[in-house]
Amino acid sequence: MRPFVEFEDAGFRVDGRAILRGFSLAVAEGETVALIGRSGSGKTTALKLVNALLMPTEGAVRVAGRATAEWDPIRLRRRTGYVIQEVGLFPHLTIGRNVGLVPELEGWPAARIGARVRELLELVGLPAAEFGGRYPNQLSGGQRQRVGVARALAADPPLLLLDEPFGALDPITRTELQREFRALQARLRKTAIFVTHDMREAARVADRIALLGGGRLLAVGTPAELGSSQDREVQAFLEAGAT
Amino acid sequence: MSPDLLREVAAETGWHVVLVAVSIGIATAIGVPLGVFLTRRPAWSRPVLGLVGVIQTIPSLALFGFLIPVPAIGGIGTRTALVALTLYGLLPVLRNTVTGIEGVDPAIREAGRGMGMTDRQLLVRVELPLAASVILAGVRVATVVGIGVTTIAAAIGAGGLGVFIFRGVAMVDDRMILAGALPAALLAIGADVALGVIERALRPPR
Repeated sequence: MRPFVEFEDAGFRVDGRAILRGFSLAVAEGETVALIGRSGSGKTTALKLVNALLMPTEGAVRVAGRATAEWDPIRLRRRTGYVIQEVGLFPHLTIGRNVGLVPELEGWPAARIGARVRELLELVGLPAAEFGGRYPNQLSGGQRQRVGVARALAADPPLLLLDEPFGALDPITRTELQREFRALQARLRKTAIFVTHDMREAARVADRIALLGGGRLLAVGTPAELGSSQDREVQAFLEAGAT
Repeated sequence: MSPDLLREVAAETGWHVVLVAVSIGIATAIGVPLGVFLTRRPAWSRPVLGLVGVIQTIPSLALFGFLIPVPAIGGIGTRTALVALTLYGLLPVLRNTVTGIEGVDPAIREAGRGMGMTDRQLLVRVELPLAASVILAGVRVATVVGIGVTTIAAAIGAGGLGVFIFRGVAMVDDRMILAGALPAALLAIGADVALGVIERALRPPR
């Protein structure tokens, strides 16, 4: 399968300090790759290079064959679903309007937006009749995060970027959402990049795992491949996940 | 109170309201866009807020006096008063616009940018609605303060409720002073309550 996202020797520096160095990774179309690493390992930076929230200071990042520097950043982001840990739902808009925002920005007719919102809320298990008119503050953390996923999927983007999307949830809700995400992906087959610091989560949601440390790619492989790796940082993460 | 005085008080109260409404209207029309600009050019924020803050420290009677000899905007009368009142109203509106927009949760701003909002869409659809109650709080402070300061505008012949206060001081007539001071106080309380209601209505659900 051809790669949908390609990091080509990508680097990112701020004030001469390298946050990410010589990062190369190809994510195939329809594949879910987890970026895992400690805080400050560069995984979130790598993710932001994909939707042009940051621009690589060295190398390039290609999306659908085109370098992010050549994309109109607005167009690129409208075609890329983005879910962050803090969810970032707009508190002054109802759940329905939050989910329908990108289609609205894209100028869809109102009827089509309404139908899409109902479809998506149904998909993430929050019936629109009950939840569509509520405000984000009237939802639980897990429900908000489901809305965040629905919103990212609204304009049917081929690519999903998730930055520790379930990080702030309790372990039970978290496991539930990981399973739902996996089931959703089995149906939708989006290309997805999932940032996490939890090895078990990475193994549950991703086809392949890329381990980052100190701004470099340390190891990449399927969960099983990483499981048999002798690399010390990989071992450290497996142990941390086992406890 | 004689019917003549009562009629006069009613007329000056109306004029007082006009002076405040026009000056706060102009202060808002300048302060909100300027505040938005400052959030886009943070380097300008301190000097501009400092400068506007300095104006605020000039005693109001002195500011009216300073403006009299200034060509074009100065002189005696309504125009000069409006300039001074607008300058006083500017700081609270400007400062609250900057504070309100800067107070928007960075995660919400990032989500907006990440979903492909242009800077303008982010401003109009997210930042301004979320900052609206804070901005209105600034307008509210500017209005309440402005109602008080406007009583001094009578000193440069701009009329308003200050007319009775200055007349009462000159005539050593407490009732005449009260004929100006009491309606001014009631206006301030009324404006405070009314704008407070709107402010709460604009507050986003938390």
